Amino acid sequence: MIDRRTTGPALSVEKLGKQFGDRVAFEDVTFDVGYGEVFGFLGPNGAGKTTTVRALSTLISPTSGSAMVAGIPLLPENGVRIRERISVMPESPGLYERLTVAENLECFAGLCALSDARHQIGRALREVKLEDRANEPCGKLSKGLRQRVNLARALLNDHADVIFLDEPTSGLDPAASREVHDLIDGLRQRGVTIFLTTHRLEEAERLCDRVALLNTTLRALGRPDELRERLFAKTLAVRTVNPIPVPDDVFGGLPAVDGWRQDGAATYVITVSDSVVAAPHVTRALAASGADVLSIGESHHSLEDVYLELIGEGTEAVPQ
Amino acid sequence: MSATTSHVRAIYRKEVREYRRNWSIVSTMAAIPLGIVVFPLILVIALPASAASSLRGDPLVILLGIPALIPSIVATYAIVGERVQGTLEPLLTTAIRREELLLAKALAALVPSLAIAYGMYAVVVVCTKLFAKPAVASVVLQWPYVVAQVVFTPLLATLSIWIGIAISTRSSDVRVAQQLGALAGLPVLLVTYLISFDVIHVTPGLAVGFGAALLVLDGLGWWVVAVTFDRERLITSTS
Repeated sequence: MIDRRTTGPALSVEKLGKQFGDRVAFEDVTFDVGYGEVFGFLGPNGAGKTTTVRALSTLISPTSGSAMVAGIPLLPENGVRIRERISVMPESPGLYERLTVAENLECFAGLCALSDARHQIGRALREVKLEDRANEPCGKLSKGLRQRVNLARALLNDHADVIFLDEPTSGLDPAASREVHDLIDGLRQRGVTIFLTTHRLEEAERLCDRVALLNTTLRALGRPDELRERLFAKTLAVRTVNPIPVPDDVFGGLPAVDGWRQDGAATYVITVSDSVVAAPHVTRALAASGADVLSIGESHHSLEDVYLELIGEGTEAVPQ
Repeated sequence: MSATTSHVRAIYRKEVREYRRNWSIVSTMAAIPLGIVVFPLILVIALPASAASSLRGDPLVILLGIPALIPSIVATYAIVGERVQGTLEPLLTTAIRREELLLAKALAALVPSLAIAYGMYAVVVVCTKLFAKPAVASVVLQWPYVVAQVVFTPLLATLSIWIGIAISTRSSDVRVAQQLGALAGLPVLLVTYLISFDVIHVTPGLAVGFGAALLVLDGLGWWVVAVTFDRERLITSTS
């Protein structure tokens, strides 16, 4: 038997698109996700994230492009085969409220045709720390606990090569979100391939190996640090007690320093080509000029800066 | 256990558990048949022995309205209920085939419906034996009539279920679906009344033909509902 993990990516998407009538949900989306990778799919509300997940999980048919899911071509006739190899955690938990946690999982274990359902349910419950709630009706659980049941359901299928997590922390308080983050972190450490859609940038930054920014079309793709480097020049931030009389005399001509600008009364942002080379020279130049230095450090751009640069602030995707 | 058996069993068990936790479903299923049973039962018990010879047709054929009406009302919840609860999407992202899902839903509606229909008929038979005049009872409880009840009950119930599920896959509101499901059962109920009052005279040939037609429609119903079961529309449409 061929081990798919050695023969290609877990997900391979090529110019995929979906239109509902005249409305474009997403288009021209291309990316690969490797086995064991945590891939973040970011974008504003209405950007097409959930629709992409639905297309890749065979719930809806793409109108253009192609994809391979767990090594299987995304075609209508392969729907069952693909769904056997994936797990999906939808944004809304969608639980049978009158049934207990264990009964909900039992139903889905039957749909995964698990050989040892009882064992797998126990394992999934342990992973989401819900063993002691197994016999409680889902309708009586808090939102955070329901989301954990939702995640446990996605973890049941031990044949799954890819787990799709659609906004797993949507509507959760910070403590519950952290619990979900820890669970995803645990999955990553076990080498599970995760496709995570979110609009929480700190979540993506913390959890994802690579991210894609979607706003109907793919705006960027790469590791968070790569995207930062690609979009923002490296800078050093210098703060002094008093303004430097002639900054050009201090910063001009230093190795690896490309330029500088004043950002406030006694704060300077120095553009550098290599901060490791530039920082010692800048420090020595400041000391030589007699400036009283409060701080000197590399400027950090967050994934949020990248997102805002590429997608824009307060953006909600506009149907095309 | 094959994947198909496992899938059908998983959904069937889930449905039965939901019935058990929601007694309003079961009580509604039982209350409507009571309304259907009362009229023919009173008629049969009150009938004088002298009237037995003038009986034309089977007054208890009205009871076939139970498998025509109840299963469709129950089955209309099958898909729209999952949509409203938000459980349809997680369900459809599993490896279950649409035919398996529909079969499981149909079985889950069929089994309690048959239990209620046969149960009600058994009650009527026992009451007729105990309280009706012997001459009336012997006319009403003829073997062909009993066989017709036993055979037509599952055939009508199955057709009623496919109509209910077809309505369910096209609805986004449970109440509307259940009202349409009840309406869908009314024509068969009307036919049973017409047979009961001998407006339609059923010959053995007509009964066999009707049974064969129902059998074909039952199979066709599953096929039509499966073919028109559109995952994408169910997930993305709101109306």
